[in-house]
Amino acid sequence: MDAYPKAYLYARIVKAKLFIDMHFAEPIDVEAISGEACYSKFHFIREFRTIYGRTPREHLSHCRTERAKELLAEGAQALDACLAVGFNSLSSFSRSFKQATGSTPASFRKAALQRQAQGRTQPLAFVPDCFSGAHGWKAE
Amino acid sequence: MSIRLTHTCIYVLDQESALDFYVNKVGFKLHTDVKKGDFRWLTVTSPEQPELEISLMAVKESHAMDKATADTLAMLVRNGTFGFGSFQSRDVFAAYEEMHAKGVEFKAPPKKEFYGVSCNFKDDSGNWFSLSELHQAK
Repeated sequence: MDAYPKAYLYARIVKAKLFIDMHFAEPIDVEAISGEACYSKFHFIREFRTIYGRTPREHLSHCRTERAKELLAEGAQALDACLAVGFNSLSSFSRSFKQATGSTPASFRKAALQRQAQGRTQPLAFVPDCFSGAHGWKAE
Repeated sequence: MSIRLTHTCIYVLDQESALDFYVNKVGFKLHTDVKKGDFRWLTVTSPEQPELEISLMAVKESHAMDKATADTLAMLVRNGTFGFGSFQSRDVFAAYEEMHAKGVEFKAPPKKEFYGVSCNFKDDSGNWFSLSELHQAK
Protein backbone atom coordinates (compact mmCIF):
# COMPACT_ATOMS: atom_id res chain seq x y z
CA MET A 1 0.00 0.00 0.00
CA ASP A 2 1.01 3.63 -0.35
CA ALA A 3 3.49 4.70 2.27
CA TYR A 4 2.31 8.29 1.86
CA PRO A 5 -0.08 10.26 -0.34
CA LYS A 6 0.59 9.84 -4.06
CA ALA A 7 3.48 7.44 -3.45
CA TYR A 8 2.80 5.84 -6.83
CA LEU A 9 3.15 9.24 -8.51
CA TYR A 10 6.45 10.00 -6.80
CA ALA A 11 7.83 6.58 -7.64
CA ARG A 12 7.14 7.17 -11.34
CA ILE A 13 8.45 10.72 -11.48
CA VAL A 14 11.57 9.88 -9.50
CA LYS A 15 12.20 6.86 -11.71
CA ALA A 16 12.02 9.12 -14.75
CA LYS A 17 14.34 11.66 -13.10
CA LEU A 18 16.86 8.92 -12.27
CA PHE A 19 16.63 7.72 -15.86
CA ILE A 20 17.66 11.20 -17.03
CA ASP A 21 20.42 11.29 -14.39
CA MET A 22 21.87 8.06 -15.75
CA HIS A 23 21.31 8.52 -19.47
CA PHE A 24 21.75 12.27 -19.99
CA ALA A 25 24.62 11.72 -22.40
CA GLU A 26 22.40 9.74 -24.74
CA PRO A 27 19.74 11.15 -27.04
CA ILE A 28 16.73 11.36 -24.72
CA ASP A 29 13.20 11.95 -25.87
CA VAL A 30 10.95 13.47 -23.22
CA GLU A 31 7.96 11.70 -24.72
CA ALA A 32 9.74 8.40 -24.29
CA ILE A 33 10.45 9.27 -20.67
CA SER A 34 6.85 10.23 -20.03
CA GLY A 35 5.90 6.91 -21.59
CA GLU A 36 8.16 5.20 -19.07
CA ALA A 37 6.39 7.12 -16.34
CA CYS A 38 3.00 6.12 -17.76
CA TYR A 39 1.86 9.71 -18.18
CA SER A 40 0.76 11.96 -20.93
CA LYS A 41 3.62 14.22 -21.92
CA PHE A 42 1.82 17.32 -20.62
CA HIS A 43 0.94 15.78 -17.25
CA PHE A 44 4.44 14.37 -16.83
CA ILE A 45 6.13 17.71 -17.52
CA ARG A 46 3.79 19.54 -15.17
CA GLU A 47 4.31 17.08 -12.31
CA PHE A 48 8.06 16.94 -12.88
CA ARG A 49 8.32 20.70 -12.76
CA THR A 50 6.21 20.91 -9.61
CA ILE A 51 8.51 18.46 -7.85
CA TYR A 52 11.91 19.57 -9.12
CA GLY A 53 11.38 23.17 -10.10
CA ARG A 54 12.53 22.52 -13.64
CA THR A 55 11.13 20.72 -16.65
CA PRO A 56 12.58 17.37 -17.74
CA ARG A 57 14.33 19.10 -20.62
CA GLU A 58 15.80 21.69 -18.25
CA HIS A 59 16.89 18.90 -15.95
CA LEU A 60 18.53 17.09 -18.83
CA SER A 61 20.44 20.25 -19.71
CA HIS A 62 21.36 20.70 -16.04
CA CYS A 63 22.77 17.15 -15.85
CA ARG A 64 24.83 17.70 -18.97
CA THR A 65 26.21 20.98 -17.67
CA GLU A 66 27.10 19.53 -14.28
CA ARG A 67 28.93 16.59 -15.82
CA ALA A 68 30.69 18.90 -18.26
CA LYS A 69 31.87 21.00 -15.32
CA GLU A 70 33.35 17.89 -13.71
CA LEU A 71 35.10 16.84 -16.91
CA LEU A 72 36.50 20.32 -17.55
CA ALA A 73 37.72 20.50 -13.96
CA GLU A 74 39.50 17.19 -14.53
CA GLY A 75 41.28 18.79 -17.46
CA ALA A 76 39.17 17.67 -20.41
CA GLN A 77 39.13 19.95 -23.43
CA ALA A 78 35.85 21.64 -24.28
CA LEU A 79 35.26 19.47 -27.33
CA ASP A 80 35.78 16.27 -25.38
CA ALA A 81 33.42 17.43 -22.65
CA CYS A 82 30.91 18.50 -25.27
CA LEU A 83 30.83 15.08 -26.90
CA ALA A 84 30.92 13.21 -23.59
CA VAL A 85 27.75 14.85 -22.30
CA GLY A 86 25.70 14.34 -25.42
CA PHE A 87 26.15 17.50 -27.50
CA ASN A 88 26.91 17.16 -31.18
CA SER A 89 27.94 20.74 -31.69
CA LEU A 90 30.65 22.61 -29.80
CA SER A 91 28.96 25.94 -30.44
CA SER A 92 25.62 24.84 -29.00
CA PHE A 93 27.43 23.24 -26.05
CA SER A 94 29.41 26.42 -25.39
CA ARG A 95 26.28 28.54 -25.64
CA SER A 96 24.34 26.28 -23.29
CA PHE A 97 27.27 26.05 -20.87
CA LYS A 98 27.74 29.80 -20.73
CA GLN A 99 24.05 30.38 -20.25
CA ALA A 100 24.05 27.97 -17.31
CA THR A 101 27.31 28.94 -15.62
CA GLY A 102 28.16 32.42 -16.83
CA SER A 103 31.52 31.15 -18.11
CA THR A 104 32.74 29.67 -21.33
CA PRO A 105 33.93 26.06 -21.07
CA ALA A 106 37.52 27.20 -21.64
CA SER A 107 37.47 29.86 -18.93
CA PHE A 108 35.71 27.50 -16.52
CA ARG A 109 38.36 24.85 -17.18
CA LYS A 110 41.20 27.32 -16.69
CA ALA A 111 39.78 28.61 -13.39
CA ALA A 112 39.13 25.09 -12.09
CA LEU A 113 42.65 23.92 -12.93
CA GLN A 114 44.16 27.04 -11.35
CA ARG A 115 42.15 26.40 -8.19
CA GLN A 116 43.35 22.80 -8.07
CA ALA A 117 46.94 23.90 -8.54
CA GLN A 118 46.55 26.34 -5.67
CA GLY A 119 45.08 23.52 -3.59
CA ARG A 120 48.29 21.57 -4.09
CA THR A 121 50.68 24.44 -3.42
CA GLN A 122 48.68 26.43 -0.86
CA PRO A 123 46.16 24.04 0.69
CA LEU A 124 45.89 26.24 3.78
CA ALA A 125 44.17 28.89 1.68
CA PHE A 126 41.08 26.66 1.51
CA VAL A 127 40.79 25.80 5.20
CA PRO A 128 39.30 28.15 7.80
CA ASP A 129 41.67 29.04 10.63
CA CYS A 130 39.60 27.34 13.30
CA PHE A 131 39.97 23.96 11.57
CA SER A 132 43.55 24.29 10.42
CA GLY A 133 44.63 25.60 13.81
CA ALA A 134 42.89 22.75 15.62
CA HIS A 135 44.80 20.28 13.49
CA GLY A 136 48.12 22.00 13.94
CA TRP A 137 48.19 22.98 10.31
CA LYS A 138 50.24 26.15 10.01
CA ALA A 139 51.38 28.20 7.06
CA GLU A 140 54.97 27.45 6.11
CA MET B 1 27.02 43.50 12.37
CA SER B 2 26.70 40.86 9.70
CA ILE B 3 27.34 37.19 10.47
CA ARG B 4 26.56 34.12 8.44
CA LEU B 5 27.60 30.49 8.45
CA THR B 6 30.11 29.61 5.73
CA HIS B 7 31.51 26.27 6.97
CA THR B 8 30.16 23.52 9.16
CA CYS B 9 31.47 20.11 10.04
CA ILE B 10 30.13 16.56 10.06
CA TYR B 11 32.27 13.94 11.77
CA VAL B 12 32.59 10.90 9.52
CA LEU B 13 34.23 7.51 9.96
CA ASP B 14 35.56 7.24 6.42
CA GLN B 15 35.99 10.31 4.23
CA GLU B 16 35.94 8.47 0.90
CA SER B 17 32.76 6.63 1.82
CA ALA B 18 31.20 9.84 3.14
CA LEU B 19 32.09 11.64 -0.08
CA ASP B 20 30.36 8.94 -2.08
CA PHE B 21 27.33 9.13 0.21
CA TYR B 22 26.89 12.90 0.11
CA VAL B 23 27.63 13.24 -3.60
CA ASN B 24 25.98 10.16 -5.10
CA LYS B 25 23.14 9.60 -2.67
CA VAL B 26 22.29 13.02 -1.29
CA GLY B 27 23.18 14.94 -4.46
CA PHE B 28 25.77 17.34 -3.07
CA LYS B 29 28.81 18.55 -5.00
CA LEU B 30 32.45 18.16 -4.10
CA HIS B 31 33.73 21.63 -3.27
CA THR B 32 37.26 21.30 -1.89
CA ASP B 33 39.61 18.38 -1.49
CA VAL B 34 43.08 19.34 -0.26
CA LYS B 35 45.60 17.41 1.77
CA LYS B 36 48.57 17.99 3.95
CA GLY B 37 50.24 14.95 5.39
CA ASP B 38 47.46 12.67 6.56
CA PHE B 39 45.06 15.56 7.13
CA ARG B 40 42.47 15.85 4.38
CA TRP B 41 40.18 18.85 4.14
CA LEU B 42 37.16 17.62 2.26
CA THR B 43 34.05 19.71 1.77
CA VAL B 44 30.80 19.36 -0.13
CA THR B 45 28.03 21.81 -0.84
CA SER B 46 24.38 21.58 -1.66
CA PRO B 47 23.69 22.80 -5.21
CA GLU B 48 20.94 24.91 -3.65
CA GLN B 49 23.30 26.44 -1.09
CA PRO B 50 26.78 26.60 -2.64
CA GLU B 51 27.99 29.22 -0.17
CA LEU B 52 27.86 26.80 2.77
CA GLU B 53 30.71 24.28 2.79
CA ILE B 54 30.09 21.11 4.77
CA SER B 55 33.36 19.61 5.93
CA LEU B 56 33.44 15.83 6.08
CA MET B 57 35.85 15.61 8.97
CA ALA B 58 37.52 12.29 9.65
CA VAL B 59 37.30 11.06 13.22
CA LYS B 60 40.82 9.99 13.98
CA GLU B 61 43.69 10.66 16.30
CA SER B 62 45.19 13.99 15.39
CA HIS B 63 46.45 17.27 16.75
CA ALA B 64 42.83 18.06 17.58
CA MET B 65 42.03 14.92 19.60
CA ASP B 66 43.90 12.12 21.29
CA LYS B 67 43.27 8.45 20.50
CA ALA B 68 40.88 7.91 23.39
CA THR B 69 38.80 10.91 22.32
CA ALA B 70 38.82 9.78 18.70
CA ASP B 71 37.77 6.26 19.66
CA THR B 72 34.95 7.56 21.84
CA LEU B 73 33.77 9.98 19.19
CA ALA B 74 33.87 7.26 16.52
CA MET B 75 31.77 4.99 18.74
CA LEU B 76 29.23 7.75 19.36
CA VAL B 77 28.99 8.56 15.65
CA ARG B 78 28.68 4.88 14.72
CA ASN B 79 25.95 4.37 17.32
CA GLY B 80 23.85 7.15 15.84
CA THR B 81 24.21 9.48 18.81
CA PHE B 82 24.44 12.67 16.81
CA GLY B 83 22.06 14.66 14.70
CA PHE B 84 24.15 17.31 13.04
CA GLY B 85 21.44 19.26 11.30
CA SER B 86 18.27 19.55 9.39
CA PHE B 87 18.12 19.57 5.61
CA GLN B 88 15.30 21.10 3.68
CA SER B 89 14.07 19.87 0.33
CA ARG B 90 11.77 21.37 -2.22
CA ASP B 91 9.85 18.11 -2.15
CA VAL B 92 10.55 15.66 0.64
CA PHE B 93 8.49 12.84 -0.87
CA ALA B 94 10.59 12.95 -4.04
CA ALA B 95 13.85 13.27 -2.09
CA TYR B 96 12.84 10.34 0.09
CA GLU B 97 11.87 8.24 -2.91
CA GLU B 98 15.21 8.90 -4.64
CA MET B 99 17.45 8.51 -1.61
CA HIS B 100 15.59 5.41 -0.47
CA ALA B 101 16.03 3.93 -3.95
CA LYS B 102 19.75 4.58 -3.59
CA GLY B 103 19.88 2.67 -0.32
CA VAL B 104 19.78 5.49 2.23
CA GLU B 105 18.38 4.40 5.58
CA PHE B 106 15.33 6.28 6.84
CA LYS B 107 13.59 5.86 10.17
CA ALA B 108 10.23 6.01 8.41
CA PRO B 109 8.72 7.47 5.23
CA PRO B 110 7.95 11.20 5.24
CA LYS B 111 5.09 12.25 7.46
CA LYS B 112 2.97 15.34 7.36
CA GLU B 113 3.41 17.48 10.44
CA PHE B 114 1.79 20.77 11.38
CA TYR B 115 4.81 22.66 9.97
CA GLY B 116 5.22 20.65 6.78
CA VAL B 117 6.51 17.23 5.79
CA SER B 118 9.42 15.56 7.53
CA CYS B 119 11.47 12.37 7.85
CA ASN B 120 14.87 11.32 9.22
CA PHE B 121 17.76 9.66 7.45
CA LYS B 122 21.14 8.33 8.50
CA ASP B 123 24.41 8.89 6.69
CA ASP B 124 26.97 6.16 6.04
CA SER B 125 28.78 6.94 9.30
CA GLY B 126 25.73 6.90 11.57
CA ASN B 127 24.81 10.58 11.80
CA TRP B 128 21.10 11.32 11.74
CA PHE B 129 19.55 14.24 9.91
CA SER B 130 16.04 15.43 9.50
CA LEU B 131 14.81 16.15 6.01
CA SER B 132 11.86 18.45 5.85
CA GLU B 133 9.79 20.47 3.49
CA LEU B 134 8.21 23.59 4.87
CA HIS B 135 4.79 24.50 3.59
CA GLN B 136 6.18 27.44 1.63
CA ALA B 137 9.14 25.51 0.13
CA LYS B 138 7.62 25.01 -3.37
